[in-house]
Amino acid sequence: MTEIRPFIRIRGRSIMALVLTPEPPLQGWMDALDAQIDRAPNFFEGRPVVVDLGTLPRDSRDAVPLLRAIEERGIHIIGTEAAHPSWEGLEAWGRKLPGGKPARPMEIAEPAPGPAVQPVAAPVQVAPAPLLVNQSLRSGQSIAHEHGDVTILGSVASGAEIVAGGSIHIYGALRGRAIAGLSGAPGSRIYCRKFHAELVAIDGVYQTAEDMPRDRTGNPACIWLDGDALRIAAIE
Amino acid sequence: MSKVLVVTSGKGGVGKTTSTAALGAALAQAGDNVVVVDFDVGLRNLDLVMGAERRVVYDMINVIQGDAKLAQALIRDKRIDNLSLLPASQTRDKDALTADGVAKIIQQLREKFDWVICDSPAGIETGAIMAMRHADIAVVVTNPEVSSVRDSDRIIGMLDSKTLKAENGERIEKYLLLTRYDPGRAARGEMLKTEDVLDILSIPLLGIVPESVDVLNASNVGSPVTLNNPSSGAAKAYFDAARRLRGEKFDVVVPIERKGLMGRLFGRRVA
Repeated sequence: MTEIRPFIRIRGRSIMALVLTPEPPLQGWMDALDAQIDRAPNFFEGRPVVVDLGTLPRDSRDAVPLLRAIEERGIHIIGTEAAHPSWEGLEAWGRKLPGGKPARPMEIAEPAPGPAVQPVAAPVQVAPAPLLVNQSLRSGQSIAHEHGDVTILGSVASGAEIVAGGSIHIYGALRGRAIAGLSGAPGSRIYCRKFHAELVAIDGVYQTAEDMPRDRTGNPACIWLDGDALRIAAIE
Repeated sequence: MSKVLVVTSGKGGVGKTTSTAALGAALAQAGDNVVVVDFDVGLRNLDLVMGAERRVVYDMINVIQGDAKLAQALIRDKRIDNLSLLPASQTRDKDALTADGVAKIIQQLREKFDWVICDSPAGIETGAIMAMRHADIAVVVTNPEVSSVRDSDRIIGMLDSKTLKAENGERIEKYLLLTRYDPGRAARGEMLKTEDVLDILSIPLLGIVPESVDVLNASNVGSPVTLNNPSSGAAKAYFDAARRLRGEKFDVVVPIERKGLMGRLFGRRVA
Protein backbone atom coordinates (compact mmCIF):
# COMPACT_ATOMS: atom_id res chain seq x y z
CA MET A 1 0.00 0.00 0.00
CA THR A 2 1.34 3.35 -0.94
CA GLU A 3 1.18 6.09 1.54
CA ILE A 4 -0.30 9.26 0.13
CA ARG A 5 1.73 12.20 1.24
CA PRO A 6 0.59 15.78 0.88
CA PHE A 7 2.29 17.62 -1.92
CA ILE A 8 4.82 20.17 -0.69
CA ARG A 9 4.59 23.44 -2.55
CA ILE A 10 7.77 25.41 -2.76
CA ARG A 11 7.81 28.81 -4.34
CA GLY A 12 10.37 31.57 -4.51
CA ARG A 13 9.78 35.03 -3.19
CA SER A 14 12.05 37.99 -3.19
CA ILE A 15 11.72 40.58 -0.48
CA MET A 16 13.54 43.85 -0.23
CA ALA A 17 15.40 43.84 3.09
CA LEU A 18 17.16 46.85 4.53
CA VAL A 19 20.76 46.35 5.54
CA LEU A 20 22.00 48.26 8.57
CA THR A 21 25.74 48.58 8.96
CA PRO A 22 26.69 49.70 12.47
CA GLU A 23 29.94 51.60 12.52
CA PRO A 24 32.25 52.01 15.44
CA PRO A 25 32.19 53.76 17.80
CA LEU A 26 28.94 51.87 18.41
CA GLN A 27 27.56 54.31 20.99
CA GLY A 28 27.79 57.15 18.54
CA TRP A 29 26.13 55.04 15.85
CA MET A 30 23.30 54.08 18.22
CA ASP A 31 22.72 57.75 19.02
CA ALA A 32 22.54 58.54 15.33
CA LEU A 33 20.07 55.70 14.84
CA ASP A 34 17.91 57.03 17.67
CA ALA A 35 17.96 60.47 16.13
CA GLN A 36 16.96 58.98 12.83
CA ILE A 37 14.05 57.10 14.39
CA ASP A 38 12.95 60.29 16.13
CA ARG A 39 12.78 62.11 12.83
CA ALA A 40 11.06 59.32 10.87
CA PRO A 41 9.40 57.09 13.45
CA ASN A 42 7.69 54.81 10.93
CA PHE A 43 10.59 54.26 8.62
CA PHE A 44 11.50 50.79 9.87
CA GLU A 45 7.93 49.71 10.46
CA GLY A 46 7.10 46.49 8.64
CA ARG A 47 10.49 46.35 6.94
CA PRO A 48 12.75 43.34 7.36
CA VAL A 49 16.27 44.31 8.33
CA VAL A 50 19.59 42.52 7.95
CA VAL A 51 22.40 43.73 10.22
CA ASP A 52 25.81 43.79 8.61
CA LEU A 53 28.34 43.01 11.32
CA GLY A 54 31.36 43.20 9.06
CA THR A 55 32.63 46.41 10.65
CA LEU A 56 33.02 44.92 14.14
CA PRO A 57 36.52 43.76 15.08
CA ARG A 58 36.96 40.02 15.22
CA ASP A 59 37.53 39.95 18.99
CA SER A 60 34.52 42.12 19.64
CA ARG A 61 31.90 40.94 22.11
CA ASP A 62 29.46 43.65 21.10
CA ALA A 63 27.43 41.74 18.48
CA VAL A 64 24.75 40.31 20.78
CA PRO A 65 24.19 43.48 22.84
CA LEU A 66 24.15 45.50 19.63
CA LEU A 67 21.52 43.31 17.99
CA ARG A 68 19.46 43.36 21.19
CA ALA A 69 19.67 47.15 21.30
CA ILE A 70 18.56 47.44 17.67
CA GLU A 71 15.68 45.10 18.28
CA GLU A 72 14.58 47.05 21.32
CA ARG A 73 13.92 49.97 19.00
CA GLY A 74 11.21 47.97 17.24
CA ILE A 75 13.35 47.02 14.27
CA HIS A 76 12.56 43.61 12.80
CA ILE A 77 15.85 41.76 12.32
CA ILE A 78 15.60 38.77 10.00
CA GLY A 79 19.27 37.92 9.89
CA THR A 80 22.87 38.97 10.11
CA GLU A 81 25.68 39.30 7.64
CA ALA A 82 29.44 38.99 7.86
CA ALA A 83 29.44 37.74 11.46
CA HIS A 84 32.61 36.00 12.57
CA PRO A 85 32.06 32.23 13.06
CA SER A 86 33.49 32.42 16.60
CA TRP A 87 30.78 34.79 17.80
CA GLU A 88 28.14 33.02 19.85
CA GLY A 89 24.51 33.67 20.56
CA LEU A 90 23.58 35.05 17.15
CA GLU A 91 21.16 32.19 16.34
CA ALA A 92 18.39 34.14 18.07
CA TRP A 93 18.45 36.55 15.10
CA GLY A 94 18.16 33.93 12.43
CA ARG A 95 20.79 32.01 10.60
CA LYS A 96 23.37 33.56 8.38
CA LEU A 97 21.73 34.76 5.13
CA PRO A 98 23.59 33.69 2.05
CA GLY A 99 24.22 36.02 -0.86
CA GLY A 100 21.62 38.53 -1.76
CA LYS A 101 21.85 41.35 -4.22
CA PRO A 102 23.03 44.71 -2.88
CA ALA A 103 20.85 47.67 -3.74
CA ARG A 104 21.39 51.42 -3.63
CA PRO A 105 21.61 53.22 -0.28
CA MET A 106 18.13 54.29 0.79
CA GLU A 107 17.10 57.83 1.48
CA ILE A 108 15.12 58.10 4.63
CA ALA A 109 12.17 60.33 3.92
CA GLU A 110 11.89 63.03 6.52
CA PRO A 111 8.56 64.51 7.46
CA ALA A 112 8.14 68.13 6.51
CA PRO A 113 9.53 70.30 9.30
CA GLY A 114 6.55 72.49 10.05
CA PRO A 115 5.26 74.84 7.39
CA ALA A 116 8.66 75.31 5.79
CA VAL A 117 8.80 74.69 2.06
CA GLN A 118 10.28 71.38 1.16
CA PRO A 119 13.09 71.54 -1.28
CA VAL A 120 11.92 70.24 -4.63
CA ALA A 121 14.42 68.51 -6.78
CA ALA A 122 14.80 70.19 -10.14
CA PRO A 123 13.24 68.00 -12.86
CA VAL A 124 15.98 66.16 -14.61
CA GLN A 125 15.90 66.51 -18.38
CA VAL A 126 16.21 62.94 -19.58
CA ALA A 127 16.67 62.36 -23.29
CA PRO A 128 13.73 60.25 -24.53
CA ALA A 129 14.81 56.66 -24.89
CA PRO A 130 14.54 55.18 -28.38
CA LEU A 131 12.55 52.00 -28.91
CA LEU A 132 14.06 49.15 -30.88
CA VAL A 133 11.72 46.54 -32.35
CA ASN A 134 13.65 43.48 -33.35
CA GLN A 135 11.04 41.96 -35.64
CA SER A 136 8.35 42.70 -38.20
CA LEU A 137 4.96 44.13 -37.37
CA ARG A 138 2.02 42.05 -38.56
CA SER A 139 -1.28 43.43 -39.73
CA GLY A 140 -3.26 44.70 -36.78
CA GLN A 141 -0.25 45.20 -34.53
CA SER A 142 0.29 48.69 -33.24
CA ILE A 143 3.31 50.14 -31.48
CA ALA A 144 3.07 53.47 -29.75
CA HIS A 145 6.17 55.10 -28.30
CA GLU A 146 5.10 58.54 -27.25
CA HIS A 147 8.52 59.99 -26.61
CA GLY A 148 11.56 59.22 -28.70
CA ASP A 149 12.39 57.42 -31.90
CA VAL A 150 11.31 53.97 -33.02
CA THR A 151 13.51 51.64 -35.02
CA ILE A 152 12.00 48.56 -36.66
CA LEU A 153 14.45 45.96 -37.90
CA GLY A 154 11.71 44.18 -39.88
CA SER A 155 8.81 45.30 -42.01
CA VAL A 156 5.54 46.97 -41.15
CA ALA A 157 2.65 45.11 -42.77
CA SER A 158 -0.49 46.54 -44.28
CA GLY A 159 -2.84 47.24 -41.42
CA ALA A 160 -0.04 47.63 -38.86
CA GLU A 161 0.78 50.95 -37.26
CA ILE A 162 3.74 52.68 -35.58
CA VAL A 163 3.25 55.83 -33.59
CA ALA A 164 6.40 57.60 -32.39
CA GLY A 165 7.10 60.80 -30.52
CA GLY A 166 10.20 61.26 -32.66
CA SER A 167 11.43 59.72 -35.90
CA ILE A 168 10.68 56.27 -37.30
CA HIS A 169 13.31 54.07 -38.93
CA ILE A 170 12.17 50.95 -40.74
CA TYR A 171 14.80 48.62 -42.12
CA GLY A 172 12.25 46.54 -44.01
CA ALA A 173 9.22 47.53 -46.05
CA LEU A 174 6.67 50.04 -44.82
CA ARG A 175 3.28 48.78 -45.99
CA GLY A 176 1.21 50.04 -43.08
CA ARG A 177 0.99 53.33 -41.24
CA ALA A 178 3.82 55.38 -39.78
CA ILE A 179 2.94 58.32 -37.56
CA ALA A 180 5.99 60.28 -36.39
CA GLY A 181 6.57 63.44 -34.39
CA LEU A 182 3.57 62.83 -32.17
CA SER A 183 5.03 64.83 -29.30
CA GLY A 184 5.00 67.95 -31.44
CA ALA A 185 8.31 67.37 -33.15
CA PRO A 186 8.03 68.66 -36.73
CA GLY A 187 11.69 67.82 -37.29
CA SER A 188 10.94 64.10 -37.03
CA ARG A 189 11.41 61.95 -40.08
CA ILE A 190 10.33 58.59 -41.38
CA TYR A 191 12.79 56.34 -43.14
CA CYS A 192 12.16 52.98 -44.77
CA ARG A 193 13.89 50.54 -47.11
CA LYS A 194 10.80 49.88 -49.24
CA PHE A 195 8.08 52.44 -49.43
CA HIS A 196 4.53 51.08 -49.80
CA ALA A 197 2.91 53.04 -46.97
CA GLU A 198 -0.85 53.25 -46.47
CA LEU A 199 -0.47 56.45 -44.52
CA VAL A 200 2.38 58.58 -43.23
CA ALA A 201 2.08 61.46 -40.78
CA ILE A 202 4.54 63.83 -39.12
CA ASP A 203 3.43 66.20 -36.37
CA GLY A 204 -0.23 65.83 -37.39
CA VAL A 205 0.25 66.40 -41.13
CA TYR A 206 -0.76 63.24 -42.93
CA GLN A 207 -0.99 61.78 -46.40
CA THR A 208 -2.75 58.62 -47.58
CA ALA A 209 -1.42 56.26 -50.22
CA GLU A 210 -3.81 57.78 -52.74
CA ASP A 211 -2.02 61.13 -52.62
CA MET A 212 1.55 59.87 -52.59
CA PRO A 213 3.85 60.07 -55.58
CA ARG A 214 3.72 56.68 -57.30
CA ASP A 215 7.34 56.78 -58.38
CA ARG A 216 8.50 56.45 -54.78
CA THR A 217 6.72 53.12 -54.42
CA GLY A 218 9.00 50.21 -53.63
CA ASN A 219 12.10 52.36 -53.18
CA PRO A 220 14.04 53.39 -50.09
CA ALA A 221 12.44 56.60 -48.96
CA CYS A 222 12.73 59.43 -46.48
CA ILE A 223 9.73 61.49 -45.45
CA TRP A 224 9.93 64.86 -43.74
CA LEU A 225 7.81 67.90 -43.04
CA ASP A 226 8.46 71.00 -45.14
CA GLY A 227 6.28 73.70 -43.62
CA ASP A 228 2.79 72.25 -43.96
CA ALA A 229 3.61 69.74 -46.66
CA LEU A 230 5.03 66.25 -46.41
CA ARG A 231 7.95 65.54 -48.68
CA ILE A 232 8.83 62.07 -49.82
CA ALA A 233 12.21 61.58 -51.37
CA ALA A 234 14.06 58.51 -52.54
CA ILE A 235 17.22 57.59 -50.70
CA GLU A 236 19.94 56.59 -53.09
CA MET B 1 -37.26 55.67 -45.36
CA SER B 2 -33.83 54.41 -44.55
CA LYS B 3 -33.09 50.75 -43.93
CA VAL B 4 -30.34 49.03 -42.04
CA LEU B 5 -29.31 45.73 -43.58
CA VAL B 6 -26.86 43.24 -42.09
CA VAL B 7 -24.98 40.75 -44.22
CA THR B 8 -24.19 37.83 -41.95
CA SER B 9 -23.53 34.09 -41.98
CA GLY B 10 -21.90 32.71 -38.86
CA LYS B 11 -19.39 30.82 -40.97
CA GLY B 12 -16.33 32.49 -42.46
CA GLY B 13 -15.37 32.49 -46.12
CA VAL B 14 -18.88 32.14 -47.52
CA GLY B 15 -18.86 35.54 -49.23
CA LYS B 16 -20.22 38.10 -46.78
CA THR B 17 -17.80 40.86 -47.72
CA THR B 18 -18.06 40.18 -51.45
CA SER B 19 -21.84 40.20 -51.18
CA THR B 20 -21.85 43.40 -49.10
CA ALA B 21 -19.79 45.17 -51.74
CA ALA B 22 -21.80 43.79 -54.68
CA LEU B 23 -25.22 44.47 -53.12
CA GLY B 24 -24.15 47.90 -51.91
CA ALA B 25 -22.90 48.85 -55.35
CA ALA B 26 -25.98 47.37 -57.06
CA LEU B 27 -28.34 49.38 -54.83
CA ALA B 28 -26.27 52.51 -55.47
CA GLN B 29 -26.29 51.80 -59.22
CA ALA B 30 -30.09 51.70 -58.97
CA GLY B 31 -29.95 55.26 -57.63
CA ASP B 32 -30.19 54.79 -53.85
CA ASN B 33 -27.87 56.45 -51.36
CA VAL B 34 -25.80 53.63 -49.86
CA VAL B 35 -23.16 53.23 -47.17
CA VAL B 36 -21.37 49.94 -46.54
CA VAL B 37 -20.05 49.53 -43.00
CA ASP B 38 -17.25 47.14 -42.08
CA PHE B 39 -17.86 45.59 -38.66
CA ASP B 40 -14.92 43.20 -38.90
CA VAL B 41 -12.72 45.16 -36.48
CA GLY B 42 -9.22 43.70 -36.48
CA LEU B 43 -9.68 41.76 -39.73
CA ARG B 44 -11.02 44.37 -42.06
CA ASN B 45 -11.40 43.48 -45.73
CA LEU B 46 -14.25 45.56 -47.09
CA ASP B 47 -11.87 48.44 -47.83
CA LEU B 48 -9.83 46.13 -50.08
CA VAL B 49 -12.85 44.69 -51.87
CA MET B 50 -14.18 48.22 -52.40
CA GLY B 51 -10.78 49.41 -53.59
CA ALA B 52 -10.56 52.13 -50.94
CA GLU B 53 -7.67 50.81 -48.84
CA ARG B 54 -5.36 53.58 -50.01
CA ARG B 55 -7.71 56.27 -48.77
CA VAL B 56 -8.42 55.16 -45.18
CA VAL B 57 -7.54 57.78 -42.59
CA TYR B 58 -10.09 57.42 -39.81
CA ASP B 59 -12.23 54.40 -39.02
CA MET B 60 -15.35 53.49 -37.10
CA ILE B 61 -13.47 53.03 -33.82
CA ASN B 62 -12.02 56.55 -34.13
CA VAL B 63 -15.58 57.83 -34.47
CA ILE B 64 -16.81 55.78 -31.50
CA GLN B 65 -13.97 57.07 -29.34
CA GLY B 66 -14.56 60.66 -30.43
CA ASP B 67 -11.22 61.07 -32.24
CA ALA B 68 -12.94 61.82 -35.53
CA LYS B 69 -16.30 62.91 -36.84
CA LEU B 70 -18.37 60.47 -38.83
CA ALA B 71 -18.05 62.61 -41.96
CA GLN B 72 -14.26 62.40 -41.70
CA ALA B 73 -14.29 58.62 -41.59
CA LEU B 74 -16.70 58.08 -44.49
CA ILE B 75 -14.97 57.37 -47.82
CA ARG B 76 -16.96 58.18 -50.93
CA ASP B 77 -16.59 55.74 -53.80
CA LYS B 78 -14.75 57.14 -56.82
CA ARG B 79 -16.90 55.27 -59.34
CA ILE B 80 -20.37 55.94 -57.91
CA ASP B 81 -21.08 59.17 -56.05
CA ASN B 82 -23.91 57.79 -53.93
CA LEU B 83 -21.88 54.92 -52.47
CA SER B 84 -19.76 55.36 -49.33
CA LEU B 85 -17.66 53.15 -47.05
CA LEU B 86 -17.15 53.31 -43.30
CA PRO B 87 -13.99 51.27 -42.71
CA ALA B 88 -13.21 49.18 -39.63
CA SER B 89 -10.04 49.53 -37.61
CA GLN B 90 -7.35 46.92 -38.20
CA THR B 91 -5.34 47.58 -35.04
CA ARG B 92 -8.15 47.05 -32.54
CA ASP B 93 -10.43 44.18 -31.72
CA LYS B 94 -14.17 43.71 -31.44
CA ASP B 95 -14.21 44.86 -27.81
CA ALA B 96 -13.61 48.40 -29.03
CA LEU B 97 -17.17 48.37 -30.41
CA THR B 98 -19.39 49.80 -27.70
CA ALA B 99 -23.15 49.38 -27.82
CA ASP B 100 -23.71 53.13 -27.38
CA GLY B 101 -21.10 54.07 -29.96
CA VAL B 102 -22.52 51.73 -32.58
CA ALA B 103 -26.09 52.89 -31.86
CA LYS B 104 -25.05 56.52 -32.32
CA ILE B 105 -23.24 55.82 -35.59
CA ILE B 106 -26.10 53.81 -37.05
CA GLN B 107 -28.54 56.57 -36.10
CA GLN B 108 -26.40 59.17 -37.86
CA LEU B 109 -26.01 56.96 -40.93
CA ARG B 110 -29.78 56.41 -41.08
CA GLU B 111 -30.23 60.15 -41.44
CA LYS B 112 -27.83 60.36 -44.37
CA PHE B 113 -28.41 57.21 -46.39
CA ASP B 114 -31.23 55.10 -47.83
CA TRP B 115 -29.33 51.89 -47.12
CA VAL B 116 -26.91 51.17 -44.28
CA ILE B 117 -25.33 47.83 -45.14
CA CYS B 118 -23.40 46.24 -42.28
CA ASP B 119 -20.78 43.66 -43.17
CA SER B 120 -20.73 41.29 -40.21
CA PRO B 121 -17.61 39.45 -39.07
CA ALA B 122 -17.76 35.66 -38.97
CA GLY B 123 -18.65 34.07 -35.66
CA ILE B 124 -21.38 34.70 -33.16
CA GLU B 125 -19.50 36.97 -30.75
CA THR B 126 -19.53 40.69 -29.98
CA GLY B 127 -18.67 41.82 -33.51
CA ALA B 128 -21.41 39.80 -35.18
CA ILE B 129 -23.96 40.81 -32.57
CA MET B 130 -23.04 44.49 -32.88
CA ALA B 131 -23.39 44.25 -36.67
CA MET B 132 -26.88 42.72 -36.51
CA ARG B 133 -28.11 44.72 -33.50
CA HIS B 134 -29.83 47.58 -35.35
CA ALA B 135 -30.78 45.74 -38.53
CA ASP B 136 -34.22 45.94 -40.12
CA ILE B 137 -33.29 43.37 -42.74
CA ALA B 138 -30.81 40.49 -42.63
CA VAL B 139 -29.22 38.83 -45.63
CA VAL B 140 -27.95 35.43 -44.53
CA VAL B 141 -25.15 34.37 -46.86
CA THR B 142 -24.96 30.59 -47.15
CA ASN B 143 -23.01 28.11 -49.25
CA PRO B 144 -24.77 24.93 -50.30
CA GLU B 145 -22.91 22.74 -47.83
CA VAL B 146 -23.90 21.30 -44.48
CA SER B 147 -21.52 23.24 -42.24
CA SER B 148 -22.52 26.58 -43.73
CA VAL B 149 -26.22 25.74 -43.50
CA ARG B 150 -25.97 24.78 -39.85
CA ASP B 151 -24.05 27.96 -38.99
CA SER B 152 -26.64 30.01 -40.86
CA ASP B 153 -29.36 28.32 -38.86
CA ARG B 154 -27.57 29.37 -35.68
CA ILE B 155 -27.27 32.96 -36.88
CA ILE B 156 -30.97 33.08 -37.84
CA GLY B 157 -31.78 32.09 -34.27
CA MET B 158 -29.65 34.97 -33.03
CA LEU B 159 -31.30 37.39 -35.45
CA ASP B 160 -34.61 36.43 -33.87
CA SER B 161 -33.37 37.01 -30.33
CA LYS B 162 -30.44 39.43 -30.15
CA THR B 163 -31.56 42.25 -32.45
CA LEU B 164 -33.36 45.37 -31.23
CA LYS B 165 -36.31 44.52 -33.45
CA ALA B 166 -36.61 41.09 -31.88
CA GLU B 167 -36.33 42.51 -28.38
CA ASN B 168 -39.11 44.98 -29.17
CA GLY B 169 -41.31 42.14 -30.31
CA GLU B 170 -41.04 43.09 -33.99
CA ARG B 171 -39.97 40.82 -36.80
CA ILE B 172 -36.69 41.26 -38.58
CA GLU B 173 -36.91 40.52 -42.31
CA LYS B 174 -34.54 37.69 -43.20
CA TYR B 175 -33.43 36.55 -46.64
CA LEU B 176 -31.22 33.76 -47.84
CA LEU B 177 -28.49 34.52 -50.32
CA LEU B 178 -27.01 31.31 -51.65
CA THR B 179 -23.46 31.95 -52.81
CA ARG B 180 -20.62 29.94 -54.36
CA TYR B 181 -23.23 27.87 -56.08
CA ASP B 182 -21.55 25.50 -58.52
CA PRO B 183 -23.99 24.56 -61.29
CA GLY B 184 -21.79 21.69 -62.43
CA ARG B 185 -21.62 20.08 -59.02
CA ALA B 186 -25.30 20.82 -58.50
CA ALA B 187 -26.14 18.99 -61.74
CA ARG B 188 -24.13 16.00 -60.56
CA GLY B 189 -25.90 16.08 -57.23
CA GLU B 190 -22.69 16.80 -55.31
CA MET B 191 -24.04 19.82 -53.49
CA LEU B 192 -26.90 20.35 -51.13
CA LYS B 193 -30.00 21.07 -53.16
CA THR B 194 -31.41 24.56 -53.01
CA GLU B 195 -34.77 23.16 -51.91
CA ASP B 196 -33.08 21.34 -49.04
CA VAL B 197 -31.29 24.48 -47.88
CA LEU B 198 -34.53 26.46 -48.06
CA ASP B 199 -36.32 23.66 -46.27
CA ILE B 200 -33.82 23.66 -43.40
CA LEU B 201 -33.52 27.42 -43.03
CA SER B 202 -37.09 28.29 -44.09
CA ILE B 203 -36.48 31.92 -44.96
CA PRO B 204 -37.24 33.46 -48.38
CA LEU B 205 -34.59 33.22 -51.08
CA LEU B 206 -33.01 36.48 -52.22
CA GLY B 207 -30.82 35.01 -54.90
CA ILE B 208 -28.39 32.35 -56.03
CA VAL B 209 -24.91 33.58 -56.90
CA PRO B 210 -22.86 31.16 -58.98
CA GLU B 211 -19.27 30.41 -57.98
CA SER B 212 -17.40 32.43 -60.54
CA VAL B 213 -13.96 33.57 -61.49
CA ASP B 214 -15.52 36.98 -62.15
CA VAL B 215 -16.12 37.38 -58.40
CA LEU B 216 -12.51 36.53 -57.58
CA ASN B 217 -11.20 38.86 -60.26
CA ALA B 218 -13.39 41.69 -59.02
CA SER B 219 -12.14 41.26 -55.46
CA ASN B 220 -8.56 41.23 -56.67
CA VAL B 221 -8.87 44.54 -58.47
CA GLY B 222 -10.80 46.09 -55.57
CA SER B 223 -14.13 46.50 -57.29
CA PRO B 224 -17.57 45.06 -56.52
CA VAL B 225 -18.48 42.52 -59.21
CA THR B 226 -21.57 44.52 -60.16
CA LEU B 227 -19.27 47.38 -61.16
CA ASN B 228 -16.32 45.42 -62.45
CA ASN B 229 -18.19 42.99 -64.68
CA PRO B 230 -21.90 43.89 -64.78
CA SER B 231 -22.69 41.34 -67.49
CA SER B 232 -21.35 38.35 -65.54
CA GLY B 233 -23.69 35.77 -64.09
CA ALA B 234 -22.69 36.65 -60.54
CA ALA B 235 -23.31 40.37 -61.11
CA LYS B 236 -26.73 39.59 -62.56
CA ALA B 237 -27.63 37.58 -59.48
CA TYR B 238 -26.63 40.51 -57.25
CA PHE B 239 -28.56 43.01 -59.42
CA ASP B 240 -31.64 40.79 -59.10
CA ALA B 241 -31.15 40.51 -55.34
CA ALA B 242 -30.90 44.30 -55.09
CA ARG B 243 -34.14 44.69 -57.08
CA ARG B 244 -35.86 42.29 -54.68
CA LEU B 245 -34.57 44.29 -51.72
CA ARG B 246 -36.10 47.36 -53.36
CA GLY B 247 -39.42 45.60 -53.37
CA GLU B 248 -39.73 44.06 -56.82
CA LYS B 249 -41.10 40.54 -56.96
CA PHE B 250 -39.98 37.97 -59.51
CA ASP B 251 -38.72 34.41 -59.60
CA VAL B 252 -35.16 33.46 -58.68
CA VAL B 253 -33.20 32.05 -61.58
CA VAL B 254 -31.13 28.98 -60.80
CA PRO B 255 -27.77 29.26 -62.56
CA ILE B 256 -27.11 26.43 -64.98
CA GLU B 257 -23.82 25.27 -66.35
CA ARG B 258 -22.96 26.69 -69.73
CA LYS B 259 -20.33 24.55 -71.35
CA GLY B 260 -18.09 25.66 -74.15
CA LEU B 261 -17.02 23.31 -76.91
CA MET B 262 -14.07 21.97 -74.95
CA GLY B 263 -16.27 21.50 -71.93
CA ARG B 264 -18.71 19.46 -73.99
CA LEU B 265 -15.91 17.38 -75.47
CA PHE B 266 -14.21 16.71 -72.15
CA GLY B 267 -17.08 17.27 -69.78
CA ARG B 268 -16.95 13.92 -68.07
CA ARG B 269 -14.06 12.19 -66.53
CA VAL B 270 -13.81 8.46 -66.20
CA ALA B 271 -13.68 7.82 -62.50
